Amino acid sequence: MQQRRTMRAGDQPLVKWTLIGLAIITTLLMLVIPLVLIFDMAFSAGVGNYWDNLSNQYTRHAIGLTLLVAALTVPINLVFGVFLAWLVTRFEFPGRKVLITLIDIPFAVSPVVAGLLYLLLYGSNGWIGSWLTENDVQLMFSWPGIVMVTVFVTCPFVARELIPLMQQQGGEEEEAGVVLGANGWQLFRRITLPNIQWALLYGVVLTNARAVGEFGAVSVVSGNIRGETNTLSLHVELLYQDYNVVGAFAAASLLAGIALITIVVKSFVEWRQARQRAPLDELSDGR
Amino acid sequence: MNRSLSGLLPGRSSQPGKRVLPGFALSLGISLFFISVVLILPITGLVVHTAGMGWDQYLAVITDERVVASYKVTLWTAALASVINALVGLLLAWVLVRYEFPGKRIMDALVDLPFALPTAVAGITLAALFAQDGWYGQFFSLLGIKVSFTPLGIIVAMSFTSLPFVVRTVQPVLEDQAPEDEEAAVSLGASDWTVFRRILFPAIWPALLTGFGLCFCRSLGEFGAVIFIAGNMPYVSEITSLMIFVRLQEFDHAAASAIASVVLMASLVLLLLINLWQARYLRRLHGR
Repeated sequence: MQQRRTMRAGDQPLVKWTLIGLAIITTLLMLVIPLVLIFDMAFSAGVGNYWDNLSNQYTRHAIGLTLLVAALTVPINLVFGVFLAWLVTRFEFPGRKVLITLIDIPFAVSPVVAGLLYLLLYGSNGWIGSWLTENDVQLMFSWPGIVMVTVFVTCPFVARELIPLMQQQGGEEEEAGVVLGANGWQLFRRITLPNIQWALLYGVVLTNARAVGEFGAVSVVSGNIRGETNTLSLHVELLYQDYNVVGAFAAASLLAGIALITIVVKSFVEWRQARQRAPLDELSDGR
Repeated sequence: MNRSLSGLLPGRSSQPGKRVLPGFALSLGISLFFISVVLILPITGLVVHTAGMGWDQYLAVITDERVVASYKVTLWTAALASVINALVGLLLAWVLVRYEFPGKRIMDALVDLPFALPTAVAGITLAALFAQDGWYGQFFSLLGIKVSFTPLGIIVAMSFTSLPFVVRTVQPVLEDQAPEDEEAAVSLGASDWTVFRRILFPAIWPALLTGFGLCFCRSLGEFGAVIFIAGNMPYVSEITSLMIFVRLQEFDHAAASAIASVVLMASLVLLLLINLWQARYLRRLHGR
């Protein structure tokens, strides 16, 4: 048996190319073709029709509402995510692990249940809702309710991206900053932010993608009022149920575009982080 | 390491490593406030709401025949979807870590598509693909298999939305796998299958199980992608999330929240188990 010393499992060309072939077929069938179908269907009645579908007043309203929801949700969860990540990676205190587990709840909870939780609390029969109704404030079945459930559903993303990175980086640089007399804002602005900026960017992009595309939770609290409480995702469903399949895919193509931007940003962020780490790896290899 | 600098600070030498950095109170306050208002309060609301129902009524609602049928459908389709994803995920992770080939970067990036793509979009896309005259559906109908409006469609939708979990949990473990054991085994004449079974599988199965658990948890709660392709026939292809939705549209808030409490409990227990499992497995990994 003549074998190179570095042979590992699966290195024989036949095995290797069979597995690569299988993986490529799987990727094509499960990911690429579905993506192609979205744009194929969206443009199936021509570019003019595509444009008409998007410039329809209900679609325009849905786009506007979706942007509003994202514009409110992303900053809220950005601030919360940064503070939570700072808290659990820079300090030791009792209950720290519980906090890290709690933050995962929205990942585990079904979106429909998430919507229901808010409907029960803030709907006209709920504890807080009945009091709000007396004071003529309506949160459910209007846009504030949509924002509230979206905040719930997307709150883990920024924190989840930051925690492992900040844990790994440790607090030494910031401690040096304190010794040199920096205040909290200067520490964050000059030391922490440059270290976490790419992970933070990806966290924001993920939060945005989910905020724009949330469906289950939003459909429970929105009331689906056309031209009032219809987000883009809900609008896709509405058009589809109306048998306007081409219109549904035209709206869906916008959301698919945002998804594509999201994965491009992720690849870019990973590339940046790999480049940032590369000199460090060389250092530790040299030891 | 963390304690090295804090010792230098005036007045802190007596408590090394303790809160040198600013912002503890502020970040604790903001985090606790946010978690209480956004997460804990609504969940407490559900508990109080269902507690007001009375035990008999609660049991009657959650053991209703149609609801029980929906648990069964949801559980077995989610389990099958997770098994499929464990296999597909392992294949993709292996190929992405071990081989170089044209298009690898694109494949790696595309794996995240199901997380980035809104579920409603995934839903109508899969429904169109698997419709009788759809791109995939026409081949299945030649074989006499119906995917749309059957539990098979539910499995397809669940597999799609949770595809990235196994890939992303197994990938880092495969990357960290040191080559020496494998090279030794191969040079001693072990077959690929033996190396996989005796060396690789023991190293990656904890990660594989974590990925499986995450897949399963996500599939249990999946809604948007499923409802478009499932046909939602009571007793046949109606998932529990939709059951909650149906009760809500009947304005039966009590029944909806009772069923939701079952789903919520199941997902919280699952989340806790996955977390405990990961903690145990990570400790073992670092303990070496």
